[in-house]
Amino acid sequence: MSLSLEQVQRVAALARIAIGPEEAREVLAQLNRVLGLIDQLQAADTRGIEPMAHPLDAELGASQRLREDRVTEPDRREAYQAVAPAVRKGLYLVPKVIE
Amino acid sequence: MLNASLFDLGAALAARKISSVELTGLFLDRIRRLNQKLNAFITVAEERALADARVADERRSRGAAGPLTGIPVAHKDIFCTKGLRTTCGSRMLAGYESPYDARVIEGFSAAGAVLIGKTNMDEFAMGSSSESSHFGPVRNPWDATRVPGGSSGGSAAAVAARMVPAATGTDTGGSIRQPAALSGVSGLKPTYGVVSRYGMVAFASSLDQGGPLAKSAADLALLLNAMAGYDARDSTSLERPAEDYTRALGVLPGADAAKPLGGLRIGLPKEYFAEGVEPDVLARVREAVRWFESQGASTLEIELPNARHSIPVYYVIAPAEASSNLARFDGVRYGHRAQQFADLADMYRRTRAEGFGAEVKRRILIGTYVLSHGYYDAYYLQAQKLRRLIARDFAEAFKRCDFVMGPTAPGTAFPLGAKTSDPVQMYLSDIFTIAAPLAGLPGLSIPCGFDAAGLPVGLQLVGNYFSEAKLLGAAHRYQQATDWHLRVPRETPL
Repeated sequence: MSLSLEQVQRVAALARIAIGPEEAREVLAQLNRVLGLIDQLQAADTRGIEPMAHPLDAELGASQRLREDRVTEPDRREAYQAVAPAVRKGLYLVPKVIE
Repeated sequence: MLNASLFDLGAALAARKISSVELTGLFLDRIRRLNQKLNAFITVAEERALADARVADERRSRGAAGPLTGIPVAHKDIFCTKGLRTTCGSRMLAGYESPYDARVIEGFSAAGAVLIGKTNMDEFAMGSSSESSHFGPVRNPWDATRVPGGSSGGSAAAVAARMVPAATGTDTGGSIRQPAALSGVSGLKPTYGVVSRYGMVAFASSLDQGGPLAKSAADLALLLNAMAGYDARDSTSLERPAEDYTRALGVLPGADAAKPLGGLRIGLPKEYFAEGVEPDVLARVREAVRWFESQGASTLEIELPNARHSIPVYYVIAPAEASSNLARFDGVRYGHRAQQFADLADMYRRTRAEGFGAEVKRRILIGTYVLSHGYYDAYYLQAQKLRRLIARDFAEAFKRCDFVMGPTAPGTAFPLGAKTSDPVQMYLSDIFTIAAPLAGLPGLSIPCGFDAAGLPVGLQLVGNYFSEAKLLGAAHRYQQATDWHLRVPRETPL
């Protein structure tokens, strides 16, 4: 199936990426080419096959580890916030959400 | 020194023929001379490298040196490095300096290796040509009008041009093996879970795996020793006993001098020796297959009937995981933030519009679409079911053979710009590498000759889970009998 311009804008809104009208037309053409490629999957017979989310599941005979729910990380707030675009008093700053 | 193996460099350092500071200086000189032309490095870490080298020389004088102590290594700019920027080839992270080191970086530090720089790559490792980097395209040392492959193209080009003896990369759909093939170097993608993903910027977490690129398989074995190992900080790191990946570089078990590869069974998938592969590539690969036969290996034709689904399956699963992983880039905790915006939602949208390049946006949009309401079953679940069938094809094959062998890529290095306007054409250059990571299997690519234009051809070997040492052993035998891996690119003579 192929997408419409409106669908591209809807997906872009879900993905939180701003796309201008001109860019949307180019993106539409390229996405439709890629969707044409992945649409080939529809024809394959997969009745009775369990989805494989991960190489560790089944084929590798292992499963993802779970650990005890306890604090293992030290407080490194300063180091982590040093790379943030905007912080104040140990908090991340974002544009005002509530008027 | 510039064309020496890691073993020879280690021996020269041990014999005090050269110090690590001198060796590092040699490679830094060469990087300075060639990087403008090839753009293989995003960051050349001159000060850090010389400091590491002094520490390595001091460690050696204490008698505490290991095989990699004092040897310069470059890292794909996807591995987080404390004190240096980690960009992932993106404007989004152009100014990002990680507060911690990746496990892979820790491994090389513990081994006493010298961190010489961070290599260029496709943005967020999404690409097969290393052209989508925010920092400009990487060029192939064999022909600078051509791409080095990707996404670990900076690492492959740096090793090929002898700017560094070894480098790290990551492979999600072929991003170590395909650039290794197109640039004429050796590269290994280990079994999923062998190398920790801690501190490795995530693209598609069920596929991403770090691995080494170097001139030879023997060097890859030495590098993997520093990279592999259980790490509690990566929930998919496998808890298993440590291995020495150099252990099969000697004589293979059960072999004799007349037939050093006797008993080895090599499967040749008929799907990988099909039309669509450049004739010179097929010819070089067939010559390599005949060499393995001459050493006592037996070959048989096998079938991977679901391999034809690999590319569509990958281009559902990888973008789906990418759309989730890259949601973290929101302009709040790190990375780029747009200057102009109306409100919080607008800040997200503009930050991501400005920070991501075209291919990354494309994949996020595809991933968002295939995971969206009404399409999840048709695309994502269907792709996961086919993923299991692809893995089962290999499981069936490994009942009859030890390795699967074929071309790494359907063609040799293509000209810059040749595939940038059509994403599907670009995706098809990973047609032979993409199945192994879907199944989680290890694979390697080694040079096996040149096409008529003098561009390198890669031979791919895929083995069963945890067969890295055996794969490296077989590749090493081939490299003892051939010198393709020692050839120096014509555009970057020593």
